[in-house]
Amino acid sequence: MNAAWLPLTALATSLLVVVIIFALPEDARRLRTTINLAAAVVKIILVILMVRRVAAGHEDIFSFQVIGGVDFVLRSDALGVMFAGLSSLLWLCTTIYAIGYLEGSANRKRFFGFFSLCVASTIGIALADNLFTFLIFYEMLTLSTYPLVVHNGTKQALNAGRVYLRYTLSAGVVLLLGTVLLYSLTGDQSFSSEEGLGDYLNDHRGLLTLIFALLVGGLAVKTAMVPLHGWLPRAMVAPAPVSALLHAVAVVKAGAFGILRVVYDLFGIELSVELGVITTLAVAASITIIYGSLRAIAQEELKPRLAFSTVSQVSYVILGIGLFGPFGTVGALAHLLHQGLMKVTLFFCAGNYAEELGIHRIDEMDGAGKRMPLTSIAFTIGAFGMIGLPPVAGFITKWYLGVGAIQAEMYWVVAVLVASSTLNAIYFLPIVHRLWFRSGSAHGKGSWPKEQRLGRFETHSWLLLPMVFTALVSLGAGLFAGLPFSPLDWAARVANGEYLP
Amino acid sequence: MIWRFGLFDSTFEPLLYTHWALLAALGLPLLLGMLAALFPPKRALPVALACVPILASGLMMLSAYDQAGLLRWQWEIADINLSLRLNGLSVLLLLMTQVIGVAAALYTPGYLRLNETGPLARWLWPLIGVVLSALSLIWLATDLLTLYAGLELMGLAAVGMLLLSGKVPALVAGMRYLLLALVGSLTYLLGVALILGHWGRLDLQGLAGVIEPGPVAWFAAALIGAGLALKAALFPLHAWLSPVHENAWTPVSALHAALVIKASLFILLLLWSILLPDTFYAPRVIAWLGLLAIVWGGLLAWRTDSLKTLVASSTVGQLGYLMVAFPLLLGPDIAPLPRALAWEGFWLQLMGHAFAKAAMFMAAGNLILATGESTLKGLAGTSRRLPLSLLVFGIASITLMGLPPSSGFTAKWLLLQAMVLSQQWWAVAALLTGTLLTAAYIFRMFRYCFDETAPRHRYQPLAPGMDLIALTLALIAFALGLLAHFPLELMHGGSP
Repeated sequence: MNAAWLPLTALATSLLVVVIIFALPEDARRLRTTINLAAAVVKIILVILMVRRVAAGHEDIFSFQVIGGVDFVLRSDALGVMFAGLSSLLWLCTTIYAIGYLEGSANRKRFFGFFSLCVASTIGIALADNLFTFLIFYEMLTLSTYPLVVHNGTKQALNAGRVYLRYTLSAGVVLLLGTVLLYSLTGDQSFSSEEGLGDYLNDHRGLLTLIFALLVGGLAVKTAMVPLHGWLPRAMVAPAPVSALLHAVAVVKAGAFGILRVVYDLFGIELSVELGVITTLAVAASITIIYGSLRAIAQEELKPRLAFSTVSQVSYVILGIGLFGPFGTVGALAHLLHQGLMKVTLFFCAGNYAEELGIHRIDEMDGAGKRMPLTSIAFTIGAFGMIGLPPVAGFITKWYLGVGAIQAEMYWVVAVLVASSTLNAIYFLPIVHRLWFRSGSAHGKGSWPKEQRLGRFETHSWLLLPMVFTALVSLGAGLFAGLPFSPLDWAARVANGEYLP
Repeated sequence: MIWRFGLFDSTFEPLLYTHWALLAALGLPLLLGMLAALFPPKRALPVALACVPILASGLMMLSAYDQAGLLRWQWEIADINLSLRLNGLSVLLLLMTQVIGVAAALYTPGYLRLNETGPLARWLWPLIGVVLSALSLIWLATDLLTLYAGLELMGLAAVGMLLLSGKVPALVAGMRYLLLALVGSLTYLLGVALILGHWGRLDLQGLAGVIEPGPVAWFAAALIGAGLALKAALFPLHAWLSPVHENAWTPVSALHAALVIKASLFILLLLWSILLPDTFYAPRVIAWLGLLAIVWGGLLAWRTDSLKTLVASSTVGQLGYLMVAFPLLLGPDIAPLPRALAWEGFWLQLMGHAFAKAAMFMAAGNLILATGESTLKGLAGTSRRLPLSLLVFGIASITLMGLPPSSGFTAKWLLLQAMVLSQQWWAVAALLTGTLLTAAYIFRMFRYCFDETAPRHRYQPLAPGMDLIALTLALIAFALGLLAHFPLELMHGGSP
């Protein structure tokens, strides 16, 4: 049985929310919150249904013809529902967080409207079954994030928005060119097709390489691979929930996910190796990892440091692809989820510090652990995960990547991993140290830059709960990695089912 | 009078309502426009009621085409064959004209009420009617005389609409437009005279059979091409366009940019496909000018400080997309597949642009009306106060930028594929550059809107529905992207 309505409904739910939110008046706060949360829950349920069907071996396909020879296709496959699951779970968390964060500020209708559009695009990206459909949602994502980046309406925010568009729209054009070239060469190529592009290798080797470069180059901008990462640190002027969304769920992940699709589902890993592009990818990812970490160390403010950390961490996914072995693949896929969970936690924490205490700089963080213990515990979990300490989820990734590197006999990758972990420790541990072990004489209780009144909890409960939840999940994803339906288990399932001989 | 259905001698029995539908499509806008001049409607409701039969006539023509395929009407009056034909393309263009025309008419009462428009405002109605009737005639015409009549009627009515506001700059711009339009018509007429003198007939069907390439055909094509290019504001003959829109009323701008300009382009393509089949250079020249138009129009829009000039200059650039496709439609040695793709892409782009540009002019008009400012700087802070107008502008811009899933994207996709398949790389570059340039000026405008630091203005509230009409048009342009299959299906096998 083909439950074509499932992927369609999952997408339609999100889009419907967008329409409703835009139609509601600005001050219908309560109704908007209810609709947002209800839709997020409904979507999680829909994704769980899809996950169960995929686990049972059913893939649901919805398609219709757009123009001759080009179809719009949604399909729930293992990789797709994995990304959909990540985004729908984190959407719920981020929505709750955003509602608390934006309490009382202006333009909330616009914010939540585009916020939902952003997540709708992510679901579309996850479920797209060919490059055409993927491109539609990928560009929708660009457009819907722009109003979020410039949300504050300050000069700085507007400039950041301009830079963001310069990068992403140019990348979109490159991606479009690659896509059109591919369609002109092969016609409509489904991600699920078994054949891949192997038939064209003999006659069109150069063209295939060019297409690969265009596609991956276009996607790498959103993935923030060096040297195409310039927009990401600047986009940090956006409100904290947006940063969380950009970094953990939607934008950078959409790029990384796209590269996964191109390498595994479109070209196929063997053809990519044959073309000789994979090693280039691994090298580029390694450079990004090291460069991002180095730049992160140089930052004095918390959010930019996290931003450069993202630049570095997302490229683990690409590095995993570059190892072209089972462990590399599993590591890449699992990291897509792990990094999302950990990074979203860190951004929630950064937002909480800024919101509750007015802290933006790292040297202001002394002793914040006493004042905000839960936030600081969550931050510590996230930071340990990023460094790769067991039992947090990040460890699992690094382990798999390391094993994959050794199996592929790419020993230099091990060195990159070690170096990156060291650098991670260099920029995360001082923060943890400041949080817990510095007494903060200058900033004793009550003398933070801009402290809010202490309520029942250390901060607003809407801000606290999502963060605690994601921190626990990041911990759980590491501790219980062996259980069924853990991120690692699902990653292994995807890898086994689709990409490994 | 003889009725002929099908191209030549098809035996299809005319459906009872088809003639009435034709009559209504051609005559009703004119008639209702006259009526409205006598009793100017103050609210949108009577306009909406009056528009129902017009839209119904379009739908009936659609259903007639669905059943019969090609339809053809023919009259013989004193040795001159007059004929009309309805193919898939003309059905589409007819429906497009009616929808946009109706939207403009619905928008008008609110606009006139909120503006100090003076005593001439009532004459706007019959002029809108003339434009719509003339356009319908143009889409259906099959001979040079009918085409000329439609073109001339439409052109004069368009000039009239622009002059109505009575302001000095409007008069100056309008007179200049009139002069240029007359020059354009004259050149066109010279070309037609040349054809008539040499081959002695005016019907396109017959001409297609007898015209052989040679100096006469080339010269006639050059004259006709120059005249129409002037009327269509094709680069580099576009300079009259911005001043005209700068001073025009919003519904007039919407109609003009969306439809009037397109008619000249339609005729140009129609006639050149007969006069210059498989000529190498002429379409190439148009295409190169299109490339320049994309860049120049984009730069003009990017540099300007006036919202209306931005939207108008954008038209110059967007027409470039269509011009760049000329070699694919008319040039020699184009394989059937790319030609078919380009054919679909061309008309989809034209339709998407028409809907989007009409929506955009309305949104811009709403913004200007509400803020009382016509500059981009005056838009600061509007994202908070006029979200719906901005949303409409945004949705329309997505089509113009050619970003998915709008019709602009699908059209660009088709054109790009055609260009890649026929290896016209410079055209590919032109289209992609156009995307970025369009994005540059569109987001420059949005940058002003999102600026929250500017002081607050007083805003004039809009009449209800003004935003919704524009939104409907923008959404049609948007939805045509994913639903492109249905309109394009209609066109299969139809060439002008």
